[in-house]
This record gives sequence, structure tokens and C-alpha cells, in this order.
Amino acid sequence: MNWNQILTVYLKELKDSLRDRRTIISMIVVPTLLMPLLMFGSFYIMSKVVKKARDEATTLVVIGGADSPGVIAALKAEPKLRIVEATADYKTMVSEKRVRVAVEIPAGFEASLKAGASQTVMVYHYEGEMKSGMGAGEVEKFFRVLREKTVEARLADRGLKPELIKPFEVKRQNVAPPEKVGGNIIGGLIPYLIIILCFTGAMYPAIDLTAGEKERGTMETLLCSPVHRVNIVLGKFLMVMTASVATIAFTLLSSAATIMAGGSLMMRGGKAAAAGAAGGGGGFIPVIDPAGILGVFAMIAPVAMLFAALLLTISLFAKSYKEAQSYVSPLIVVVIMPAMMGMLPGIELSAKTALIPILNLSLVCKEMLSGVWHWNYIALIFGSTALYAAVAVALCVRMFNREDVIFRA
Amino acid sequence: MIVAHQLTKTFKDKKRGIIPAVSDVSFTCQPGRIYGLLGANGAGKTTTLRMLATLLKPASGTITVADHDAAAAPEKVRANVGFLAASTALYGRLTAREMIAYFGQLNGMSADAIRTRIKQLADELDMHEFLDRRCDKFSTGMKQKTSIARTLVHDPAVMIFDEPTLGLDVMTARSIVKFVRECRNRGKTVIYSTHVMSEVEKLCDTIGIIHGGRLVAEGTLVELQARFAERDMEEIFVKAVGGEAALAAALKD
Repeated sequence: MNWNQILTVYLKELKDSLRDRRTIISMIVVPTLLMPLLMFGSFYIMSKVVKKARDEATTLVVIGGADSPGVIAALKAEPKLRIVEATADYKTMVSEKRVRVAVEIPAGFEASLKAGASQTVMVYHYEGEMKSGMGAGEVEKFFRVLREKTVEARLADRGLKPELIKPFEVKRQNVAPPEKVGGNIIGGLIPYLIIILCFTGAMYPAIDLTAGEKERGTMETLLCSPVHRVNIVLGKFLMVMTASVATIAFTLLSSAATIMAGGSLMMRGGKAAAAGAAGGGGGFIPVIDPAGILGVFAMIAPVAMLFAALLLTISLFAKSYKEAQSYVSPLIVVVIMPAMMGMLPGIELSAKTALIPILNLSLVCKEMLSGVWHWNYIALIFGSTALYAAVAVALCVRMFNREDVIFRA
Repeated sequence: MIVAHQLTKTFKDKKRGIIPAVSDVSFTCQPGRIYGLLGANGAGKTTTLRMLATLLKPASGTITVADHDAAAAPEKVRANVGFLAASTALYGRLTAREMIAYFGQLNGMSADAIRTRIKQLADELDMHEFLDRRCDKFSTGMKQKTSIARTLVHDPAVMIFDEPTLGLDVMTARSIVKFVRECRNRGKTVIYSTHVMSEVEKLCDTIGIIHGGRLVAEGTLVELQARFAERDMEEIFVKAVGGEAALAAALKD
């Protein structure tokens, strides 16, 4: 190994790559724009859609209820509900989204309320349709209130207190500090995004520096130089790793800027989304532990090494840029799978999962972002990934020394 | 000086098994002379030259270039070789100056030495006008000049040319031929492969005819003319490879 030569190759590759539009896009433009677009864009649009759906009155058709004018009047008086004349069969109307729900009031409903009997009100909704689901919630809320009033009236008639049927209450309270909640909610998403970007950031330079060079005929030129091939591989490897790490650095910087700039927007959006999902209730700002972000950055280093070496090895085998792309693109799925598994609830860090590359990173990052530092696992994950990466680098050097790979025709 | 002794190289092919590309080839190239390696496509010229430049390892046989053994010290061999082939391209996103400087650095030259050398080469090859422009925008002639400067930056004692005029226009091809002569005049050892008969006649001091991976004839033009009783290089070549039928069969493979 000759560090002077490695540095020479590295600096040339860096200069060369910074003049390549594809590398610039994958290394700088995409990671810088991705987070703001994800947060401001999709988050904002989502919360707007949910808010609009919530603010609109629920349209419904009423089936029956001719002998219950009081209930019908109360339904009509409810500002969040709007009764529509039935123009067709109620099922068709709900299915075709002309109304959100249909309510069937049984015959003699009001009379049975007074008589103390029990009857069933049917709410017809369209499963999986957000507006219909919300409408059903509103209608159920109306009838729940009516039921409670009826119960109170019946108890009062018999001279009993309302507490009789409510011997105790059950309440929930959150004890997790905000950064842990944040870690658990977006902590799963951040490692996932980072792993993908770490891979895509390395992908284009890796192809360009190997198959691209073969295709353009510069590989043979480079091999004519008196530099030992190990030094060429390491120079190229360092460049690909730089691209990968730079991609993540730009992502983290732009995420931090987005969170700082968009805190208030996110809070409003968060409230709307949370309220929409839970049918009422408060939102909060997820807070991320800055030390966790630094931890993620440190843990990604051996993974970036692993990706860089693997991508170089695979794309070196290809004769052309296109061929390399067809080998490397399907690998994204291989990378995404374990990264996604880390987001699933129930998959936790253990001695076994700590040895599975990518999944282990996804899991440990989630923990670090929520402020939990399992040092023994962190050491195990860092060590095992560094070992995998070293094997991949050795494999890459071997490939570079194979004539049938370099001069594959 | 280049000494190749009993060089053999085989390739593995999935369908055809082991194919001999070069078999038992021996020759010597002297300083201040041009050795021409003449052969049809697929005769083994490129494989032989790539072995001399240590890009490929021979299956058996030895190579000595500028007193360095290719198997023991491939880096030292490459440090003494300038290799120019139709397949050695330029980095399109670098300027001509950056390209030449990069190969100077790879050859361990200091920044000062590189600066002086680039000035000298740009004067000789008339490159000043496009020295700071990117190679991907170059004409064929500019590319060729930059490639020549790249091979010469470390002033190697041995020059290896693998079909350097392939696909070039007449003017550029002529300038290459002129440059090859200059290399000889400066006392460099030159080996030059081609399948163009006229280039061999004009340029080479010694001619080696390679066919089916074997060196079938070797000598000066006069010696070969006497041996095959023909004046024309093309006729000599056809006779040397065993007649037109043998040549056609080899080209079919």
C-alpha cells in the first residue's frame, strides 16, 4: 500500500466525479431536497386533506325513523351532520360515495327508548374509505351521546345516581419524554431513509469508476501506470465511500434545517394528522436527540464501507454502465428489506439481529435516536459490519487482480 | 530493450474450453529500433503486447523490459513503458493538462517536474491551444496528441504501440507514424503492432509475423523478401501464414 498513490487516485476520482452530473444529483441534489419535500410536501398535503375531510359535514341518508321525529330533528340539528334525501338504494349511495354513511333507525325507536327496551341502530359505511370511516365515527358519537342521555334519564326515573353504572374510570398517561416518542415515531424512518441514501449515493460513482471506465476505455490507460492495483482499488473505494457519506451528511443537514425551519408547520400538521387518526386528541412535536443523530452518522460509516466495496466489486464485473446498472439496481430491494424490517414493531435488538447487516443498523439507530445506548450491541454491530466491509474490500481487490474481469470482452 | 522468451497465454472459454492465444513466442527488441508485430485480427498481437506491458500475466515464459523482470517487478516494468493503444482512452471530464499531470503523479513525478514536462510536451506536440480544455470535447487529432503526451510524460525507455492508427483519419495516422519514428530516433525501444502492411514496410526495422498465436517469421524487410522470394509485404505475409486458405480459416474463428 502506498498512501501517496492512493491519495493521487482518490483526488483525481473526486475531481472527476464532481464534474459528473449523475453523481452530483445522487450525492448532493437528491439528499438535500428529499427531506424538505417529504416533510413540507407530503406531510403538509396529507394534513390538509385530513383536515378538509374532518371539517366537512358528514352526509348521510336516514332509513326509517318516521315514527321517531325527535331523533331525526336532533340529527338535523347536529352541525357536523347533513341529512340527504335518499335518491336510490342506501347501499348504492354509500358505495358510490354520494353519502358517507347510511343510518337505519328501527321502527318504534323513540317509543322503545321511553319504554326501557333495547334496540339496534345500524350504521352502514364503506370499509377502508377514510371519509366514510370518519362519518361513521361522527354518527356513532351522536348516538353514543343519545344513549348516555337515555341511560341517565332511566336512572333518574328510578331515583338512582349515574355513578351506579360507572364504578371506576380508566385513564392513560404518557411518561416517555418527548425525544423518546420522537425516536420511536420517526426514529424508524430516519435509519431507513439513510440506509437507502447511503446505497444510492454510492451506486453511481461505483458504476462510473469501474464499468464506466471500462466502457470509456480509460481503465486500460489507468492500468498502464506503474501504480499497484491495490492502490487503485483503495483510491476508488475511498471516493465511492466519500460519495456515500456525503449523501448522508447532506440528508442529515437538510433534515436538521427542515425541522428547525418547519417546526411550527409540523406542529400544526402533526395535530391535524393525529387528531384525524384518533378522531380527536392532541398532537406533539417529535423531538430527536442530537447525540442520536451523531451516533447514527458514526454507525453508518462501516455500512458505507460495505456498500462501497460491494458496489465496486459487482459493477467492476460489468462491461458497460448499463450492464452494471442492471446488476446493481435489484440490490436496492436486498437493502430495503432488512431496513424495512427494522421499522416493524416487535423486531428488537438481540445478539442474533445484531449480526444481520443493515437490519442491525436500522434497529440500533432507532434505539439511539430515542436516547437508549446499548453499548455492547453498538460495539458488536460496529465490529461485525466493519468485518463484513473488510471482507468486501478484500474481495474487491481480488476482482481487480483478475484478468478475466478487467478485460472481460 | 525488450526480451520475450517462450511466451504462452491461454484463455478459458465456457463453450470452447481452453484456447491458446499466444504459443511459445520469443523475440528481442533493441533500443533505437522499431520492432513491428504484424498479424491478422485475432492473431495474438494485443495479447502479446498486453503481456509486455504487464496488463496480462503469461501462462508460461519470461519477459524482461528495461532490465526488469515482468513477473517479479511489474510496477518497475510499467514505470519504464509508454503504452498506447486504440483502446487506451482519455478521461473525458479532465482537461488535457490534468490528464497528463495525473499520469505524471501516478509515475511518482514531482509537481515541478510535471509542470516543466507538460510545457515541453505541449511545445513539441503543439498542444497549448487546447491544453486547458476538457478531453471529451476534443477532435480525434487532439485526443491522439494528448494520449501521446500521456505516454511520454515519464519519459519511458520503452514504447509499446498496439494498433495506434486504428480508426484514425489519414492526417492523424500520419502524425502518429511520424511520432513513432521520433521515438526511435531518440534511442527508445519501440514495438509496434498493426495489420496494415504499408505501415510495417515504411516504419519497422525488424518485422515479426504472428499467426494463430505463433511467431511464424521474423527478420528485416530485406531478409523476409529474400526468404519468401516476394517483394510485396502483403505477399510475404500471406506466404508466411501458410497461404490464403490458412488465413481465411484463422479469420473465421
